[in-house]
Amino acid sequence: MRNEDRPMKLIYYPGCTLKNSARNFDVSTVSSMAKLDVEVEELERWNCCGTVHALGADNVMNRVAPVTNLIRVKEAQATEFMTSCAMCYNTLKRANIDVKKNPDKLSTINEFLNLETTKYEGDVDVLHLLEYLRDKVGFDNLAKKVKKPLKGLRVACYYGCLLVRPKEVAFDDVENPMIMEDLIKALGATPVNFPLKTECCGAYHAVGKPEIIADRTDKIMGSANEGQVDLVVVSCPMCAYNLDFRQDDAKRLNPDFKHMPVLYFTQLMALALECGDDALRFDLHHIDPKPALAARGLA
Amino acid sequence: MNTTVRLSSTIGSSFVAKVEQVSGQKLLACYQCGKCSAGCPMAPHMDILPNQVIRMAQLGMQEKLLASRTIWTCVSCLTCNSRCPKNIRIAEVMESLRQTALRNGQRDDRLKIWETSPEARADLPPIATIAAMRKLTS
Repeated sequence: MRNEDRPMKLIYYPGCTLKNSARNFDVSTVSSMAKLDVEVEELERWNCCGTVHALGADNVMNRVAPVTNLIRVKEAQATEFMTSCAMCYNTLKRANIDVKKNPDKLSTINEFLNLETTKYEGDVDVLHLLEYLRDKVGFDNLAKKVKKPLKGLRVACYYGCLLVRPKEVAFDDVENPMIMEDLIKALGATPVNFPLKTECCGAYHAVGKPEIIADRTDKIMGSANEGQVDLVVVSCPMCAYNLDFRQDDAKRLNPDFKHMPVLYFTQLMALALECGDDALRFDLHHIDPKPALAARGLA
Repeated sequence: MNTTVRLSSTIGSSFVAKVEQVSGQKLLACYQCGKCSAGCPMAPHMDILPNQVIRMAQLGMQEKLLASRTIWTCVSCLTCNSRCPKNIRIAEVMESLRQTALRNGQRDDRLKIWETSPEARADLPPIATIAAMRKLTS
């Protein structure tokens, strides 16, 4: 049982994109955790998570970046840490599973990192913010802290690939996860059925094949729209970019396409916990979320 | 009982061995149910479907596979992996094919980031650019 008088302390790994184009995800994560009495401490000297998990069975080099972060967590005297970025979570968690399963690989990496005074021994747990909220804070406790219930707001929860695949990293059902819907309910909003919630957004094809992203955005946002929703929530800055910033391309592809705001789930938390406008950073969105929220009396 | 089926004794056999080694998968486990292709969100943009890739890899059809659009279109979303009734990790096979092409010593990169305008690059989230370079360049 936790001591109610003392805030919980938690090491937080933001990742590169939350310090760049997704600062709205960073500030809403940190400020809503403060309202939940969780003292979030940014990991010192964190580096790139590795971004994508290299799938080659012979790959060792691409595990160095994630393992270095796990060493930093040990150096912070912690045995677990949290990240809210789905991409960082997936890469860090899979690297952790891989080196735990393959001691030879881990010793090669430790030897390569011979200037590090701390050795990694598979003794750190990688947590995603959603599972931390469900398992350590509790959605019931979260509901009690809500100051402005998001009443009437209809939300489609988009998981994409990285929170549910592969199944070794999934903290909910692979085909029909409901953890974000449970969170949204705790905030007072209404989650809707969303058949394409775990379908890939096209990810890094944003760089070289934008026509694929336009097609994916049209299909995925179209599926969300069938539920008559006000907005879509995500947990990945890659998905957020594709689904939000590529809506004009989707509209060119399909004239019936309807524009809709895309938010991070932490922004809805910050809104319901009344963290203030600075914690929302709606200026960083392509489709402005304010009109949709105002229509429900929430902005 | 284990049965060994030798599909090809000479042509393409080192290629088949390499794909199996880099992917860590047994290609002959596939019985062509097609579930990988049925659920693939990238299938409409591919020239060869994922189940066909596995069949062609079994047969050692190196040239056709490495010249296909499919191996660069697969974005490792792992939907096929999570649904394969034979637990074949199709995405790992795709990666081994990309790696075979990228490790040929020719710097045959599939993304030339300098061809993207500075404005477009500044607009992209860092993870998009890094992920694309990790997957599409040697």
